[in-house]
Amino acid sequence: MGIDWHLLALSPPGWGGMLLRGLATTLEVSGGGYVVGLLIGIAGAVGKLYGGPVSRDLWECYTTAVRAIPELVLIVLIYYAGTDAVNRLMAVFGHQAVDINGLVAGIFVIAVVQGAYSTEVLRGAIKAVPFGEIEAARAFGMSSGQMLRRITLPAMLPHAIPGLANLWLIATKDTALLAVVGFTELTLATREAGGATKAYFTFFCAAGLLYLMVTLVSNQFFGIIERHARRGQPGM
Amino acid sequence: MPGAASRVCEPMAAETLETTPGMSRLTGPARAGALRRWWQPHRVVLVLVATVLVVLMITTMRWDWLPKYSDRLLLGAWRTVWLLALSVVIGFLFAVPLGFVQVTGPKFLAWPARGFCTLIRGTPLLLQLWLLYFGLGSLFPHMPAIRHSFLWDYLRLSWPYGLLALTLSFAGYEGEVMRGAFAGVPRGELEAARAFGMGRFTTLRRIWLPRAFYRALPTLGGEVIMQLKSTPLVATITVVDVYGVIAQVRQDTYLVYSPLIFLAFVYMCLTGVLVLLVRLLESRMPVRGA
Repeated sequence: MGIDWHLLALSPPGWGGMLLRGLATTLEVSGGGYVVGLLIGIAGAVGKLYGGPVSRDLWECYTTAVRAIPELVLIVLIYYAGTDAVNRLMAVFGHQAVDINGLVAGIFVIAVVQGAYSTEVLRGAIKAVPFGEIEAARAFGMSSGQMLRRITLPAMLPHAIPGLANLWLIATKDTALLAVVGFTELTLATREAGGATKAYFTFFCAAGLLYLMVTLVSNQFFGIIERHARRGQPGM
Repeated sequence: MPGAASRVCEPMAAETLETTPGMSRLTGPARAGALRRWWQPHRVVLVLVATVLVVLMITTMRWDWLPKYSDRLLLGAWRTVWLLALSVVIGFLFAVPLGFVQVTGPKFLAWPARGFCTLIRGTPLLLQLWLLYFGLGSLFPHMPAIRHSFLWDYLRLSWPYGLLALTLSFAGYEGEVMRGAFAGVPRGELEAARAFGMGRFTTLRRIWLPRAFYRALPTLGGEVIMQLKSTPLVATITVVDVYGVIAQVRQDTYLVYSPLIFLAFVYMCLTGVLVLLVRLLESRMPVRGA
């Protein structure tokens, strides 16, 4: 079985350019989803730890539901039902139905899924900060904002980073599921290239290498960040 | 567990899915007290709101497709369950040696095992599945040796590819967990075994493997739930599991919400049953200070 390298050429008779564009879309969606998910996660962790009883229960429902339902089902549900709901709302307010940008919908879907997981990661990390440190901060008369910035945030980061790194990798891999709803990211681009040329094996291996490179580079990057966050702590 | 790289893909579902720890273990008056604490006034309101929402869903949405597809749905759910069970059992059998050789094996075994785990965990399952189904599936018909063997009867179908992809994926993730578990068994226990005159194989069978298994058990529960959530991917290669049946319903009826909501409900039930099973298993395991 020979590999026809010309198929992977960057300019049009080859499909390499399409794969790279797919990779760029994958990174865009997973990056956007990750950041928005992180914002949801911060809100969720604060809501679960410091919120009232109702907000606690609602966040608990959200995280439990998202973690119990397969990502694929969630993505299909939010992608179709979400766009349908937006269009119905537009109709209620007397606007024309709009074609929702696939990129925005994809980011939203990934963010909803990621939000539940980052809520748990951040909640666990905040809870891991020794209570004595917070009491000490209070004893020095810090306001809650100062305490968050000076004590809680830096002290929880070493606990949160492994989980957050894990979530980033999950985000890059979860975007592949958007292929099922017809969103052209790396996996669907690969399948299209394979379908057009019948060289499925070549293209799927190439895409696998691209994903693997993203994972390995991210690992290195998060390793550096973790070492930085752990500076001054006794070695593990 | 050593190294930042190994920590990256550790699953956390095991600890995070535990919603009310210890609730099920309480008995008698303690349990009644926990129940009373659960029924706080705001919860009554929340439960009422949820009930109203469910009733609204049942009354305003179309559910007439449900009886028509009930047989196929049951068959699909059964397919989901056995795909899960088979892939977990076979995958775990692969995961034990994968983890073991990474801890103590010679380099020519440890490196491929580590490479396999990295490869599986570094690429999306959907890509692996499509690589096997479209890639291998398009190569096999051109090989006369396979075409004329008894294997061909199976390789023409789609479920063996789905099962293979799920199994390899579980082996990859769980192999990494088992590596950590094997490495985490205290040296002293292995030395004690040797001091009692146990051979290497006896030590493995009596001490190392059981201790590693107990250590891996909490993460194993989370991994099985993750695996359940991966099974619907096989619907993309025409294996008709419960997700596949619902996709069929959506194509036939053009309904947006009700089939997907029902599907989410089915998976929540399956996850709930799995969580209960894992808890039952964990409460029976003699874990002391693991």
